[in-house]
Amino acid sequence: MELILLLFIFALAAFLGFELIAKVPSQLHTPLMSGSNAVSGITVVGAIIAAGTDDGSWLTTVLGTAAVILAMVNVVGGYLVTDRMLGMFKKKEASAGKKEDRV
Amino acid sequence: MKPEILINLVYIVASVLFILGLKMLGRQATARRGNALSAVAMLLATVATLFDHNVVSYTWIIVGLVVGTVIGVVCARIVKMTSMPEMVALLNGFGGLASLLVGWAEYGKIRAFGWERYLGEFAGTPVFTASVIFLTVLIGGITFTGSIYAFAKLAEWLPGRPSVFRGQHLANGALVILVLVAGVGFSFDALAPLGGLAFWVVLLASLVLGWTFVMPIGGGDMPVVISLLNSLSGLAACAAGFVIANNVLIVAGCLVGTSGVILTAIMCKAMNRSLAGVLFSGFGAAAPGAATASAAGEGEMQGELKPISAEDTFSVLEAARQVVFIPGYGMAVAQAQHVVRELAEMLESNGAEVRFAIHPVAGRMPGHMNVLLAEANVPYEQLVEMDAINPLMASMDVAVVIGANDVVNPAAARDRASPIYGMPIINAHEARTVICLKRGKGAGFSGLENQLFLLPNTRMLYGDAKGTLQSVVAEFKALAAS
Repeated sequence: MELILLLFIFALAAFLGFELIAKVPSQLHTPLMSGSNAVSGITVVGAIIAAGTDDGSWLTTVLGTAAVILAMVNVVGGYLVTDRMLGMFKKKEASAGKKEDRV
Repeated sequence: MKPEILINLVYIVASVLFILGLKMLGRQATARRGNALSAVAMLLATVATLFDHNVVSYTWIIVGLVVGTVIGVVCARIVKMTSMPEMVALLNGFGGLASLLVGWAEYGKIRAFGWERYLGEFAGTPVFTASVIFLTVLIGGITFTGSIYAFAKLAEWLPGRPSVFRGQHLANGALVILVLVAGVGFSFDALAPLGGLAFWVVLLASLVLGWTFVMPIGGGDMPVVISLLNSLSGLAACAAGFVIANNVLIVAGCLVGTSGVILTAIMCKAMNRSLAGVLFSGFGAAAPGAATASAAGEGEMQGELKPISAEDTFSVLEAARQVVFIPGYGMAVAQAQHVVRELAEMLESNGAEVRFAIHPVAGRMPGHMNVLLAEANVPYEQLVEMDAINPLMASMDVAVVIGANDVVNPAAARDRASPIYGMPIINAHEARTVICLKRGKGAGFSGLENQLFLLPNTRMLYGDAKGTLQSVVAEFKALAAS
């Protein structure tokens, strides 16, 4: 039964994803992509569970830890880069004032 | 309350925040807050997971979290805006590899614990769980090596031209069949001795497959590839979510997967090409054949390249009232975005109306030009999409094409024999005068001659875009000073 519930969640999330993204202006395509790229780092959740379980094998710990590192780079790098990019999108009034506004 | 229930409640909150964040990312005014909201969701999900009862030792988790965060912060700080496409590709590759490792580690646990104990922790049946592990490793592996190859192409460590070899499709096809057979074998009995062998076959073959899948794709098609790989990294996370029966992984991974699919479709549509065409045609490598094909249209290709000097460019621009800039990948290469903005400001103070026409696939990733121009402080009101600028094009005095080629090639509209026939373009040729900035007299990325350059109203401004524009700006400054 629980499997069916997971598939149910999957199906609903898929439709939601389509609805959410269908009408995004092209100016936001890059931030949208790098933002959703950061979200794909959610695999850090699986990595934490893998790294934290003790099954008596060092291999699982190594794989899990490497996965945590990689997923964290994906998450942190992704969000910060997206924020940096979005910080540069300015309206005319705002951009006239300050010339340099880099992180 | 049992901790499991509390953790799942936090996961629900995180899922809602992911959805809201993604929705807000789609609008200019709310995008930054949306990204922050999504980051909060990630933090909540990560912290909640630390309390999962499967997690018994924290040392290596903390090491991993700290090391990953430090690397992530450093990367995000030092990357230049012009390097954004390769940065996104690299991060995406890391995400894919992380999912692959999760799948691998879970398989190791199953071998250590046996099915009964493992499935007591996570929902599933042996066949279902093994098949989602197979999918996690397969998609994660393809995402990883595919993204790394794309990264190397974008960073110009590898040539951007498509690499094709004889029998490539055959080799790829054989690999796919091998992966599927091994995957099915693995799914039916993961713990049999052959199951372990099948796992290794899947692991290695998926890594090779990711590589060979991006190999024949040219640099001009990179926006499609990057969107697709982004989608795949989400699906890999989603598959990992099915392995450990984790709903926040499934929701977030699935959102990324579908949003990536939509972006991919938008990019394909902007090039009037099918996804299969992008993935399998090795576009541009077929240039010799294409050249003979367009030789038939040689009659209308007549005309000559007419160079123009920076001084004359200044005179043309000085008299213009309506100016449109059409940037392409060449602007990114020349790092010319700042001087372009400077020129645009001078034109405005000279009384002209300035617009920037952005083709959806200009550059190497979706929205690439918008990011570069935003970095140079061009207000986003001046950025006009293709469909909005084309009706106005005939009223433009000057169109300045900066390092764009295929996206302004009128052959796409006229020449049936052209490989890019049918691709929507920015109708630069309709402007009264067209000035094309180009490094030298070569064909564009796709290896095609551009008919636009041969039109009577087109002038070629050769040289490094940054340098030539700087001399035009200098002329304007001299005018203002006198």
